[in-house]
Amino acid sequence: MGKTPRLMPRSFAHLSDEAVVAMLARSDESALAELYDRFGRVAYGLALRILRDEKLAEDAVQEGFLAAWRNADRFIPERGRAGTWLLTFVHRRAVDLVRREDRRRAEPLRDGVEPAAPAESAEDDAWLRMERERVQSALRKLPDQQREALELAYYGGFTQSELAERLGEPVGTIKSRMFTGLARLRELLGEPRPGEAAWKPTPYTT
Amino acid sequence: MEADALHDLTAAYALDALDPEDARRYEAHLARCERCQEELAALSESASALAYATDAPAPPADLRSRILEQAKSERPNVVPLRPRWVKPLVAIAAVAACLAVGLGLWANSLSNKLDRREAELKRQQQVAQILAQPGSRKISFARGTLVVGPNGAGALVLNKLAPAGAGRTYEAWVADHGAPQPAGLFDGGTAVSVPLERPVALGATVMVTEERHGGSATPTQSPFVIVRNA
Repeated sequence: MGKTPRLMPRSFAHLSDEAVVAMLARSDESALAELYDRFGRVAYGLALRILRDEKLAEDAVQEGFLAAWRNADRFIPERGRAGTWLLTFVHRRAVDLVRREDRRRAEPLRDGVEPAAPAESAEDDAWLRMERERVQSALRKLPDQQREALELAYYGGFTQSELAERLGEPVGTIKSRMFTGLARLRELLGEPRPGEAAWKPTPYTT
Repeated sequence: MEADALHDLTAAYALDALDPEDARRYEAHLARCERCQEELAALSESASALAYATDAPAPPADLRSRILEQAKSERPNVVPLRPRWVKPLVAIAAVAACLAVGLGLWANSLSNKLDRREAELKRQQQVAQILAQPGSRKISFARGTLVVGPNGAGALVLNKLAPAGAGRTYEAWVADHGAPQPAGLFDGGTAVSVPLERPVALGATVMVTEERHGGSATPTQSPFVIVRNA
């Protein structure tokens, strides 16, 4: 999944994210370094988006990675990807901090779906750029109300009852927008990328 | 709260958008509800995809070393130091524990999968051990990698291999100037590590076929992986 890390031990080069977490479960610090090199940037981008404060974002990323370090032996590969698992920790920390600091913005998050920016000086990772464009394009295809619910919850840190109050809708409506939005996003993102679909062996004919 | 009402909280939980009281109730329910566990796994994948839609500026260079240093001080066989967290973070340790419980519920309710996972971890570690030896080789092919240690110990790593058919298994083979010899049975997965039960000499060929459950003494199908240790 990741980019080319700075100090990748040769022995990790071929390992899946899930395998790196397996090494993490053995308290292998180089596996933590590898995981950071693969996900540190997206984790920081997420935390910064939620917290809008560099120092707090760093804290959230640090706590998220350390939570992964402490809980690596509970990771179940069959239950999801390692990246999801890790980002869940980071997201939870960031949301907790933003609620505590009450840094949530009162106005709608209008920059929820940014047009794909051309490469910035700091944005040197082609893979991340592609992934960003892919997810943003899927988000743009969602109905406005679903997108709004997902963005205010995931990036804004609002709970469903806060959203209901803010948007003047019943909680049930918010729940259903969140569910439908995530399910639709999954469909949109599930359209396989070239070469990424699971393969069923077809015998060679030689 | 009725079970149906709790099922309905899955999306909000995946987005971390439940109020604390609802989150606690949902986690208690999650421990017993396989349907919610599966739905949560799926919705969490979508939720975390949202992380990739954000700008990703490079984090400060010293964040990496701070994380590693802190982790080092917390090695599990060492009495944990009171971490030097900044103040707000001390307060969220309890939340950390809750999250750990929530994620851990997967583990508790799926203990039958643990053996499989243990076995998979062991296989991955065997691959890592081969690679860690000086003089080990990696031969990449379309869907994976063949890894061979200096002593001939070999392993295949296959990416995104669909599960074998019902009542079927995948079987690895090593052929070295003769008929292919059985080298291990395995199933599909996102990243499958297959330590080979036979040494892989220089020039030998490693193959994979799909066979009847329990494996076969000789290949009965055309191999769908053929890679030569050359």
